[in-house]
Amino acid sequence: MQILADIFSVVYQYLDSISFLLLSALGLIIILGMMGITNMAHGELMMIGAYVAVIANRAGMPLPLAILLAGLVTGVFGLILERLVIRKFYGNLLQSLVATWGISLILSQGMLVLLGPSLPGVTMPLGGFKFGGHVYATYRVFLAFISLLIVAIIWWLFKYTKFGMRARATMQNAEVAQTMGVDTTKMYFAIFGLGSGLAGLAGALYAPTTVITPLFGTTFLAPAFVTVVVSGGANVIAGSLLTSGLLGVIEGSFSHVWGTFIGRLALLVATIFIIRFLPTGISGYLEARRARRK
Amino acid sequence: MSLKNISSWWQRAFNGPQSLGRGKVFWISFWAVTAILYLYPLLGGEYEVNNLAYFLSGLFLALGLSLIWGHGDVLSFGQMAFFGMGGYAYGIIGINLIEKTGNTNLALLGGILFPLIFALILGYFMFYGRVSGVYVSILTLVTTLVFETFLGQTAGPQWAIGKAELGGYNGMTNIPPLQLGFGKSVVLFDGIPFYYFVLTTVLLVYLWLRHLVNSKYGNSLVATGSNPERTEVFGYDIRLIQLISFAIAGGLAGFSGVLYVSWGRYITPSTMGLTTAALPVIWVAIGGRKSLLAAIISAMVLQYFTQFLSITGSEFALVMLGVILVLVVMYIPEGIIPPLARRMTHLLTKKKAAVK
Repeated sequence: MQILADIFSVVYQYLDSISFLLLSALGLIIILGMMGITNMAHGELMMIGAYVAVIANRAGMPLPLAILLAGLVTGVFGLILERLVIRKFYGNLLQSLVATWGISLILSQGMLVLLGPSLPGVTMPLGGFKFGGHVYATYRVFLAFISLLIVAIIWWLFKYTKFGMRARATMQNAEVAQTMGVDTTKMYFAIFGLGSGLAGLAGALYAPTTVITPLFGTTFLAPAFVTVVVSGGANVIAGSLLTSGLLGVIEGSFSHVWGTFIGRLALLVATIFIIRFLPTGISGYLEARRARRK
Repeated sequence: MSLKNISSWWQRAFNGPQSLGRGKVFWISFWAVTAILYLYPLLGGEYEVNNLAYFLSGLFLALGLSLIWGHGDVLSFGQMAFFGMGGYAYGIIGINLIEKTGNTNLALLGGILFPLIFALILGYFMFYGRVSGVYVSILTLVTTLVFETFLGQTAGPQWAIGKAELGGYNGMTNIPPLQLGFGKSVVLFDGIPFYYFVLTTVLLVYLWLRHLVNSKYGNSLVATGSNPERTEVFGYDIRLIQLISFAIAGGLAGFSGVLYVSWGRYITPSTMGLTTAALPVIWVAIGGRKSLLAAIISAMVLQYFTQFLSITGSEFALVMLGVILVLVVMYIPEGIIPPLARRMTHLLTKKKAAVK
């Protein structure tokens, strides 16, 4: 029975790490993989999502609805951002990096001016459950399932809908897609909105677990970017699933034994080693293998 | 050596395709500004001189970034991490050795070498792993953040190296000021001597980098930045070229960190936070990353601007910097100063032609 409790505790830790990486990176990977834009304002979009969810919840909206609303609001915000700024930087990786960095600075510091250094948070819903002498938060298990559900929806969206087909065509070869009648500008517009919405949703989902500050996004930024670097942009779904699985196990193991900081450090060291040997990331490696087999 | 010889040697050593200002007018105004800066302590008060010394000490960050980003086209967010490493290394060595040796020679050396070696290791993994473009930016950013988190959790007496307590988010205090020399002849660099020390090193490093970017190495660095595949086909080892520039930038950032802690006598992990990591990038991007001098001018102007706006709190100043950054990247991607410089050159030459 003790063994079972230990196993459960490790699995819980893994699930927590994996879903954390998956949720925080998904929007970023979609935007990078499909549009070639490195969105440094990703963390701030998550912050906006968290703010919207908390404020809506405090105003009396039930939490699940508030979280959905947060995703929606952040998505619309992303659409506006795309129209105003991002549009100028397609295919220009480094410039887009600097520009979105500027946006991130404006958003986080602007929020600091607007609403002050912190916001009273929401208590974590669903309570906890006891297993083998330890108490676990139900909400964190719920987050793991939600993250898988979101990935499943994204997979369905890209695989089985007309929008998904056009999006994949745009990603593979924008010029050919254009000659086949796909409005690629509109596609990019929609994908950036989708990625932003996912960021906002993830931020809102994690809002009950921590303190809400204008620098909320920075907590997620490093893990999210590490996941993106290791995954690479070649295959969004497989890449993000495999990467967050692998890195989640690494981080989970190290932080289970030595604490959170060593977990983060292990994440960085693992990333540097993986990228040394797989420069195009895990998904790039998979694509290359698949191409060779053909 | 006649005057003519010196002038032609100067032309060869410090001018070239990578630098904008080359003519007589440029160098005369350059030395005029330098002379004014050297005379400044006679004009300004103690506070102004100290303040200017502080701003000047940040310039090595900008110069290093202009080298790797402006010339090598590798955008690194690691400058503030190297800055922090330099500062902490100087502090740790300085606190431990100051009573024994009476100087901070080794601390200064450690503050430069430690980040330089770290940059070599990180750079080895990145450039020899053929990591390029945004992935370098992301990895350096993550390194900076992890370094900040690491130092943030070093509170308590168990996190002490010798006599130096790292101090977690409260930072490390009681760092000795710069004292260089041997035995009895140690010079304390504080106040006005510190100002002259920083000013002179800025001048020397600027001239050295200007020489470097216009040398064979500099040209190959620029070639690597603009087209790595072509440069490689021509037989250059682009990995080594990028690694060298990355390490130089790291060492320079470390030197900035040394000067910073020697000036303020303390350092906290927040000097490596996300917001501060953006500052060198902002200075260099707004001024014009392809010119060393533009990076310097822009860094100085923006530091004064930030200080001016920060009277009511730093948030508003940072929002303004963000807005300027986005606008510049959108509409003047090469930065503000190079187009202005070209316009000025154009006006000057036109005037000359009219006189003739």
